[in-house]
Amino acid sequence: MSYKIVDPPAGYSSPGIFASSFEKIIGLARSNSVWPLPFATSCCGIEFMATMGSHYDLARFGSERLSFSPRQADLLMVMGTIAKKMGPIVHQVYEQMAEPRWVIAVGACASSGGIFDTYSVLQGIDEVVPVDVYVPGCPPRPEQIIEGFMKIQELVKNEPLRRRYSPEYRDLLIKYGINAIPKKEHHK
Amino acid sequence: MDYAFVLSQLNEVFPMAIKESFGSYGCETMVVEKEKIRDIALHLRDKLGFVFLTDLCGVHYPDSDLPFAVVYHFHNLEASLRFRLKVFLTAEPFVETLSDIYLAANWMERETFDFYGIDFQGHPNLIRILNVEYLDYFPMRKEYPLEDPTRADKDDRFFGR
Amino acid sequence: MSNEKTTIIQPEDTDKQYNTLNLGPTHPATHGIFQNILKMDGETVMDAEQTIGYIHRAFEKLAEHRPYYQVTPLTDRLNYCSAPINNFGWYLTVEKLLGLTTSKRIDYMRVIIMELARITDHIICNSVVGVDSGALTGFTYLFQMRELVYEIYEEISGARLTTNMGRIGGFERDFSKIAYKKINEFLKKFPKVLLQFENLLMRNRIFMDRTIQVGSIAPDRALNYGFTGPNLRAAGVDFDIRVSDPYCSYQDFEFDIPVGTQGDTYDRFCVRDAEMWESLKIIKQALENIPEGKYYMDEPGIYLPPKDKVYSQMEALIWHFKIVMGEAGYPPGELYHSVEGANGELGFYLISDGGRTPYRLHFRRPCFIYYQAFPEMIKGGVLSDAILTMSSMNVIAGELDA
Repeated sequence: MSYKIVDPPAGYSSPGIFASSFEKIIGLARSNSVWPLPFATSCCGIEFMATMGSHYDLARFGSERLSFSPRQADLLMVMGTIAKKMGPIVHQVYEQMAEPRWVIAVGACASSGGIFDTYSVLQGIDEVVPVDVYVPGCPPRPEQIIEGFMKIQELVKNEPLRRRYSPEYRDLLIKYGINAIPKKEHHK
Repeated sequence: MDYAFVLSQLNEVFPMAIKESFGSYGCETMVVEKEKIRDIALHLRDKLGFVFLTDLCGVHYPDSDLPFAVVYHFHNLEASLRFRLKVFLTAEPFVETLSDIYLAANWMERETFDFYGIDFQGHPNLIRILNVEYLDYFPMRKEYPLEDPTRADKDDRFFGR
Repeated sequence: MSNEKTTIIQPEDTDKQYNTLNLGPTHPATHGIFQNILKMDGETVMDAEQTIGYIHRAFEKLAEHRPYYQVTPLTDRLNYCSAPINNFGWYLTVEKLLGLTTSKRIDYMRVIIMELARITDHIICNSVVGVDSGALTGFTYLFQMRELVYEIYEEISGARLTTNMGRIGGFERDFSKIAYKKINEFLKKFPKVLLQFENLLMRNRIFMDRTIQVGSIAPDRALNYGFTGPNLRAAGVDFDIRVSDPYCSYQDFEFDIPVGTQGDTYDRFCVRDAEMWESLKIIKQALENIPEGKYYMDEPGIYLPPKDKVYSQMEALIWHFKIVMGEAGYPPGELYHSVEGANGELGFYLISDGGRTPYRLHFRRPCFIYYQAFPEMIKGGVLSDAILTMSSMNVIAGELDA
């Protein structure tokens, strides 16, 4: 049996030492151990169960551990219709997650309201939380969900360490009514 | 037991309560007075064996004198007989609850209240069930639009309007 | 009688402090969006209050604005674990409105798909009962079988979960050879895996201790609460619409209706399990006896003409246009039609005023009605039993909130 090990990031190596930027190494580690919080409300949740099942097996991508508690989760996966009654709860769950956090909107409903352009459905979860990746489909196939997940991995891998302290990011959070991380002087 | 028997029984016990009776698509329908609905339901359950309330829902006919209707579907499992019972209500709709006769009616009545604003008198907990509590209208009434009227992000030019 | 557990334990002294536990709406053990506010005495559930409507999508309002054809995608999303049953239930309702009788071939094709859908639904429910009682193994095994069914759906309709399968008046295309091959392959593989799953749980001491006499309901209460489907049959009432009001030629098939005695979680599990075997029996009979013939009805005003004719013949183009725009004539009328969905009686109450959309369409959603009984079923039990009871009731959020 062979194990596949990820390639090291670009850097300088000689016997016994390896020099690279801290950012890249952290990104590498993070992107291969993303703990998702499945926020499954409807049909897409069933496809997510298939994604987690043995046939498609999301665990291959370092997400063996589903974190049902928002406190330990890195990735909020919103799957299914979010009604207006549910909107504040998504927002609250997002608020409880620790930085850095990512959000993926799985399915047409979570992305834009889908076919449910009605008085009771939130027209896309980006009205309440910032979204990193949108996966289309009603519901998307497990392959699509995995593709979206890999896009998240890409984002995680290449994210600068200082992004979460940047004024742009703080403004984004304030736009969604979330208390941003206090300004840290040494990052200026 | 067949439908004619049920109709004659009900006519005997509740004279003048049944306003109309007709069949459509294999399901007989009775229109009854709304004051008698509780007594009729009790009689149906206890004397005639209609122990199962299949369905309860509201309908809105905005152009009619009696604009609201509540439609009940009863089912006698032993005789495998279904029929439909309707009451028509005024523009300030209210009708007595069946939620203590059929426990299944509890949420169905709440749903009907939520959608149409029909007041089921005597219901133990008549509050909105599906919609948000702060909704200030009854969305299934015909005059209200399907789409969210407060939406600002929709440009009518792109939707052919 | 088994419902001793469901009675409320009276607190010994009235000053006792209860804890309030908020279970949901995003609790991992609820498999969907349900909120239960539980009044707890230690580990014992004293009372429960449910809040639903977290994914209310206004199906009924939407249906009043969609032509008959476009209601089908809505029905997909009611009970999404067994979407084809909802699709065909809707088609049968509209065909009843139009006064059409489908040919035996269409009926048999529909029966095959509906029974496959019933199997997938029961796979989800039963394997989730396994997960909640601590046995993840069954889940991973049975879900592979579900993938096989999805491949069959894909071969027939092109979609996996929300199938939107068939049309009013038949199917959009015949079953291909590959579809038959896949169905036969499923029939060959599934019994072995199901048997393994049964061996894993059915006589497993831990599983039996966790489920027997848990969340039980008496038959008269179940009827009063409007239970249907496997949940009612587990309580001992042999009511099945496939037999009492046969639709879609179900009268041609030989099958049993499994019935439980206690109405508890174990009986619900066993009834579902037995129903899977019965579904397999029905599929086999349907495959053996499926007659030759057309997979659609020759009703040009109702059934969409084939695409090549639309491009080459004027008449076909007109019909195509009329049907797609919803201008095909639907007579005014009022009817109720119900099918045996995977979790109960799925009914469609349709009022047509002769227009292009239904005037009123009400879905009788089985789990919306029987989920009311949940507080009564869990009262007096412990919290972990409440979780098991919930998953064994097969409450589907999409159907619950419509």
